[in-house]
Amino acid sequence: MPDAPRHVSTATNADIEAAGTTASVNAKEPEGFSVVGKALPRIDSYAKVTGAAMYADDIALPRMLFGRLLRSTHAHARITRIDCRAVLGLPGVVAVATGEELPMRYGILPSSPDEMVFAVDKVRYVGEPIAAVVAVDELTAEQALKLIEVDYEPLAPVMTIEDALREDLPKLHVESRKPNNVHKEVHLAFGDMEAGFAAADRIFEDEFFYEGNNHAAMEQHAAVAEYGGDGKFTIWTSSQTPHYLHRIAAAVLGIPASNLRVIAPMIGGGFGGKTEPFQHELAAAHFARKTGRPVKFALTREEVFYAHRGRHPMKMKIRTGVKNDGTITASHVQTWLDGGAYGSYGVATTYYSGALTPVTYKIPAYAFDGCRVYTNKPPCGPKRGHGTTQPRFGFECQLDKIADALGLDAAEYRTRIAVDPYSRTVNYLRITSCGLRECIDAAVQRTDYRKKHGKLPRGRGIGLAASTYLCGAGLPIYWNPMPHSGAMVKVDRGGGVTVYCGVSECGQGSQHMLAVIVAETLGVDVMDVRVCAGDTDLTPVDLGSYSSRVTFMAGNAAHDAAEAVRRDMAEAAAQMLGIAPEQCGFANRRVFDVAKPDHYTTFLEVAQAAEARFGTLVGVGSYTPPENLHGDFKGSGVGPSPAYSFSACIAEVEVDLETGEVHVEKITLAHDCGRALNPDSVEGQIEGSAYMGLGEALMEESSFRGGLHKMPNLLDYKTPTILDTPEIEAIIIETDDKEGPFGAKEAGEGPLNPVIPAIANALADAIGARVYSTPITAEKVLKALEGADSGALRLRHGSPARAEAIQ
Amino acid sequence: MLRLPAFTYEPARSIAQAVGLLAQYGPDALVVSGGTDLYANMKQRLFTPKVLVGLRSISEMRFIAYDDATGLDIGALTTLRTIAEDPVVNARYHSLARAASLISTPQLRNMGTIGGNVCLDTRCNFYNQQEDWRQALGYCLKKDGDVCRVAVSSTKCLAVNSSDLVPVLQSFDATLHLAGPTGERAVKIVEFYRDDGRYARVNGPTEVVTRITIPPPQAQTRSAYRKLRLRGSFDFPLLGVAAVVRLDDDGVCRDARLILNAVAAQPVEVTEAVRYLVGTRLEADALAAAAECAYKCGKPLDNTSASVLYRKRMLRVFARRTLEDLRHGI
Repeated sequence: MPDAPRHVSTATNADIEAAGTTASVNAKEPEGFSVVGKALPRIDSYAKVTGAAMYADDIALPRMLFGRLLRSTHAHARITRIDCRAVLGLPGVVAVATGEELPMRYGILPSSPDEMVFAVDKVRYVGEPIAAVVAVDELTAEQALKLIEVDYEPLAPVMTIEDALREDLPKLHVESRKPNNVHKEVHLAFGDMEAGFAAADRIFEDEFFYEGNNHAAMEQHAAVAEYGGDGKFTIWTSSQTPHYLHRIAAAVLGIPASNLRVIAPMIGGGFGGKTEPFQHELAAAHFARKTGRPVKFALTREEVFYAHRGRHPMKMKIRTGVKNDGTITASHVQTWLDGGAYGSYGVATTYYSGALTPVTYKIPAYAFDGCRVYTNKPPCGPKRGHGTTQPRFGFECQLDKIADALGLDAAEYRTRIAVDPYSRTVNYLRITSCGLRECIDAAVQRTDYRKKHGKLPRGRGIGLAASTYLCGAGLPIYWNPMPHSGAMVKVDRGGGVTVYCGVSECGQGSQHMLAVIVAETLGVDVMDVRVCAGDTDLTPVDLGSYSSRVTFMAGNAAHDAAEAVRRDMAEAAAQMLGIAPEQCGFANRRVFDVAKPDHYTTFLEVAQAAEARFGTLVGVGSYTPPENLHGDFKGSGVGPSPAYSFSACIAEVEVDLETGEVHVEKITLAHDCGRALNPDSVEGQIEGSAYMGLGEALMEESSFRGGLHKMPNLLDYKTPTILDTPEIEAIIIETDDKEGPFGAKEAGEGPLNPVIPAIANALADAIGARVYSTPITAEKVLKALEGADSGALRLRHGSPARAEAIQ
Repeated sequence: MLRLPAFTYEPARSIAQAVGLLAQYGPDALVVSGGTDLYANMKQRLFTPKVLVGLRSISEMRFIAYDDATGLDIGALTTLRTIAEDPVVNARYHSLARAASLISTPQLRNMGTIGGNVCLDTRCNFYNQQEDWRQALGYCLKKDGDVCRVAVSSTKCLAVNSSDLVPVLQSFDATLHLAGPTGERAVKIVEFYRDDGRYARVNGPTEVVTRITIPPPQAQTRSAYRKLRLRGSFDFPLLGVAAVVRLDDDGVCRDARLILNAVAAQPVEVTEAVRYLVGTRLEADALAAAAECAYKCGKPLDNTSASVLYRKRMLRVFARRTLEDLRHGI
């Protein structure tokens, strides 16, 4: 890590006093919800179960053409010539395009505009798009790609973090001012680090490596674009962030944003892999304009591995000072992120790899150094838990080592040092509701952790880990003072309720959450609510389905919008019932006198009376996070959130000591989601997190050999099958967050984070040795078993624990 | 995966018709039954046949028959699921049913056939890749290239036989029956495979495997199969171990066979192991000695999932455990 001056924040902790006194955004309902908290079938379940739901690749328009991308066959090379002349001679080919036609450099973050639709001059990873062809069908387009001649002048590929830090290898981005392939460095320190480490009785230092992995969403990305003669474009695309695509696509196409409509249909899983503009989306729009015909691009699974934006491989060094009772006096986290060839969300990922560590446990002094490098691999980006999953693995493993060395019960220890509700961290993050202790206690109780940990026969183990996550990023990715989420609710004279909101339904249930919030507010059945989502023409802006923001932010916006309609309806109902508007209750499709519920009129009658009186019944709402969430220093924008979720996971494993195979028998996962708007959906998210965490812990790896992705397909890239998946027990902890809609926080990403270290800690309990890198393959377990004794010896002698090497 | 390339599907109703169609189209044609291997390979452009001769409707190739005198006779179109569930196979050729039950997934076992499984294309992770990927690699000896990427000095292709059934069939001395333009012929399975992943089978492009026969088991024969893989389903073996022993009335081993698969283009018979097993009651030290032979015999290379060292190391463990299964019966 190069020495650079750390930015030491001078912000005072005065704003800590504000913690806990923040005005509530939403008035809480009194007792007795009629929709919230009920395990109701999701509003989109019928369409999904029957196959009726429309995904981008289901869309077929008249005269539609099909596109294929020509992808680089070199990891790092100059393009000296591209000749497409032969392509148009192939019957069925309609158009071909290369990079000069779309020369703008763009990037999802305004700080890293380093990508182009088609590479010009240089390619930076195998699979990078260079050109594209559209034809009457995919096979013709594929054949046509073979007719494009490309001459390369190969450059030495930079494939590892270590190589990227060298100054004698070619730079991927020559315009970068760094002497090597470093993309971003972050140096932050909070509190008195020197005093913190000086006060420590023991200092623990460990190195970890977290392997990169792909989202492996079921749906492969697809986009259809249409260009009307009126100059207006429509793009249907599997995007978690239609609004961001809207902004960037308009710029890349050189058109006013008002001429572009982006629609996110149903999305077959995102997990962060569909959160930024992709070449095929922009190419589809470009070709639609060029040919005057609708154009579809549907990626193959291999291409999804090249589009990537998956979890960053991350090397970590964590140094923590503790008193003999385990109290943390200081902690220093260093991370090196292997970013792949382009910026993507990498600057944010780099900050995230340090920002949330202090949100779980009390750390009075905290320093963080992060460094993201460019390598000749598909770009890494955000994946569920964005940037926090890797350091959480390291930190929770180290905590177990500390507990071990100090003779502390790892569960009791964690609850003792857990952050308090309504407090502020040393890096100025505002914590509101916090059920961390309750999560740990619940998981411990359900599993008999205390009776088992350290006491099971060799080969069997139990491990605990805890974590936190955001409920939406406190700041948007491009600076602007506008709301993060907007919603509109319309009640029609037939009694129907429609919510319009820019959220993108990627399977997580965002539409259902909005329906629940609006149905509860207006007292209708959840199935009465239709959600119109993810359409930049029809719906108010929502920044997108990322950073676990939808339930909290769009939920609050929808709640406000529904409240606005409810006010008009209450006025009308009050007149009908002869009571004051504030006396009106809304439930079961009725509006009634809260003092005398039998005195009621129907929702339908009220809707008609209100429309007669006020005109079209529409309410709008929007959500902007409060301003006091963070400190005042460069980089303070990454990490703050209006609320944090908390999770605790206990894994129970059995290890085959001869083969090294780790069999996870049970995962118990407790999650503080504020309030479960739909317990089934929360449990689904918890179970999905356990499953995904299991894969990351034991098998998933984006590995490369000689510049090539070693396994860009779902047979060789291992994700767990149902036979590998253990019993999962989901425990919902409710803390009723003051600012969340009906008290809700997030459940989509947070529960993933503790799963990986819980499995690692269970393994350590089972075999008395530790694997410091993911995935924890059988082979690594065997190696750890062989080196087990020396590690344990060092701990007994009390010297700082340290991993022998990054494995 | 890409979409399937264009091809003509020619369904055959009889063995004679299938052989006729193959003769008619020559090298442009391939046969397909369940398609679980071939279609995926075609989507990766490993094969781009102009014609596929479909065997699915040939009812004379879909049967299982058993006779105490002649043994087992299985039509090549018998599905893997049928074999896994067949009571006679389970009772008399236990490891065959077991191996069939461990192949891929339930869906693919419903479609995949024993004939297809014995004709499974050899696999290598430098080869079983999309066309673009192989182009970036510069292709390999098995397809479109002239260098083996596993070992550049190798003059033969080092792709591996990844069938779960083949080592088991070999342990039972199975015979494959082929029909071709010049008539029928029978080939012992041990002679069916070659030690070259590119030309791994002796049958020509115009010869169809129609049925597989296995001699009746002698009394007190026990069989077992174990498979190393990274997941509980889907995966091809990273190592397959098939073992058969025949015990006498005193429980003494009179005959034994130990066969490895997924470590070479053809099954590897651990002939050395026999002398450590015959004459013993399968005591632990005998099994360990036999397993040691397997360890020395199997030479995995870096062309599947998991590392070479790990697969090598697992040879000993899996060979011993497979033999231990025999000690416990079945």
